[in-house]
Amino acid sequence: MTAATALDLAGATLREVNSTLQAADGGSFRVVNPQGAHALACGLDAPVSVHVDGPVGYYCAGMNQHATVHVDGNAGTGLAENVMSGTVTVTGNAGQSAGATGHGGLVVVHGNASARCGISMKGVDIVVGGDVGHMSAFMAQAGNLVVLGDAGADLGDSIYEARLFVRGSVASLGADCVEKEVRPEHLEFLAARLADAGLDADPADFRRYGSARRLYNFHPDDVDAEVAR
Amino acid sequence: MCGIVGLFLKTERHEHELGRLTGLMLEQMRDRGPDSAGFAIYGDDRDDHVRLTVLAEGVDVDWGDACGRMADALGAEATHRTVRDHAVIDTAASGADARRWLIENLPEATVLGYGHGMELYKAVGDPRLVAERYDLAGRTGTHAIAHTRMATESAVTTAGSHPFSTGEDTCLVHNGSLSNHNLLREVLESKGESFQTENDTEVAAGYVAWRLAEGDTLTEALERGIDDLDGFYTFCVGTRDGFAVVRDPIACKPAVMAETDDWVAMASEYRAIAQLPDVGHATVFEPDPARIFAWSRS
Repeated sequence: MTAATALDLAGATLREVNSTLQAADGGSFRVVNPQGAHALACGLDAPVSVHVDGPVGYYCAGMNQHATVHVDGNAGTGLAENVMSGTVTVTGNAGQSAGATGHGGLVVVHGNASARCGISMKGVDIVVGGDVGHMSAFMAQAGNLVVLGDAGADLGDSIYEARLFVRGSVASLGADCVEKEVRPEHLEFLAARLADAGLDADPADFRRYGSARRLYNFHPDDVDAEVAR
Repeated sequence: MCGIVGLFLKTERHEHELGRLTGLMLEQMRDRGPDSAGFAIYGDDRDDHVRLTVLAEGVDVDWGDACGRMADALGAEATHRTVRDHAVIDTAASGADARRWLIENLPEATVLGYGHGMELYKAVGDPRLVAERYDLAGRTGTHAIAHTRMATESAVTTAGSHPFSTGEDTCLVHNGSLSNHNLLREVLESKGESFQTENDTEVAAGYVAWRLAEGDTLTEALERGIDDLDGFYTFCVGTRDGFAVVRDPIACKPAVMAETDDWVAMASEYRAIAQLPDVGHATVFEPDPARIFAWSRS
């Protein structure tokens, strides 16, 4: 295995580091001295591996496709926003809106994720080792949010078809979010995703939440209805 | 947008470099608020005296004459020193009386704040230049809060810059905007608070000062504020011996905090906190919405 290419944000600019990462079609990189820089390793579109040695600011690994981004530290607002595929891992805490609007891939936060984790998620899987803040999975459309700790108020408000798994307590469920039965396929999914995330928990300890589908105003029967003008 | 930072020293270890550390934090928030900046710094606390920080922007004020007239009116000696367009007036009179006298008798000046330990400086312009102009880096003390402004609710003026203070040793910086400040200003005026600008944040500062004067603790005042202040906010509040952070219940505006054995810091973005000593061993977290995070030296 070849050694990772070192990129030092104490010397290089953020734009230089991101340009190097975005130009690579593979290989491993180690970013040092991030000092909370914003938008680090965002827009990657190749199977590169990026290890960030320290805390990052807003929007780290945004829009990620194919890449594996590992942050050894905390991350600010908007971690892996609109992630498409690949894996983004943070060993510390993540700020608000982690995994927001994510379409695919895996986002792992070993510590706590803050408010609105997984807001409007569209297919991403998010695994949080600690707690998530209020309004997590707000308007979540698809994908899975797995929380090993507790969830804040209004979990899953106005949720569509995403699945929410919480091991700890839920402060309150948002509008149209209800508890649902945990079936064998859910236990199977949890076991696999927890293993992917490198987090140890018994799938049987989780409760599942999802949409009651009472807020769905669209019905296929209405497709041909004339729109009043 | 706006950027806010606060640094509260839990021990004496970094008191000699409080200003320098606050300046490093403020520098990182330049992008968030390039139009104006300000800072309040607490130190050199004296029980028997108060200091008033007064701004005379674009006008010449005879500070010696003003101090003499104030001393005659209030029956207590007053001295002054100037830092560019700011003057720091030292008096044994009541701070509230001295503030009122200055507002009524020196209308060309703006009283930025007063207290036993607080001084407050602000100006329009690049935050880096504002920090240099008022020698932030050379200052010592126990705690400081600072602000970089991108104006939304009122004009880009020095008087509209943060921090805002209306009560003794109390000041506040704000990221966000309030929506009920005009009504609340009238309510507070009817209770005796006086305001010098049209700014929303000054109303929040007046609200906290009013509640403290009514006997609330800082935490109680801020808890009540969650019900009474409508809008988006992350506030960082300084008092004579304390420091607090609160976010509105939605928590749209960012905030990150860090704590070590020696200090507690808050900022709009982590990169400000990244400048602090021993940050690698700090506990870093995002403050929960509608929860008061408060520290004091006791």
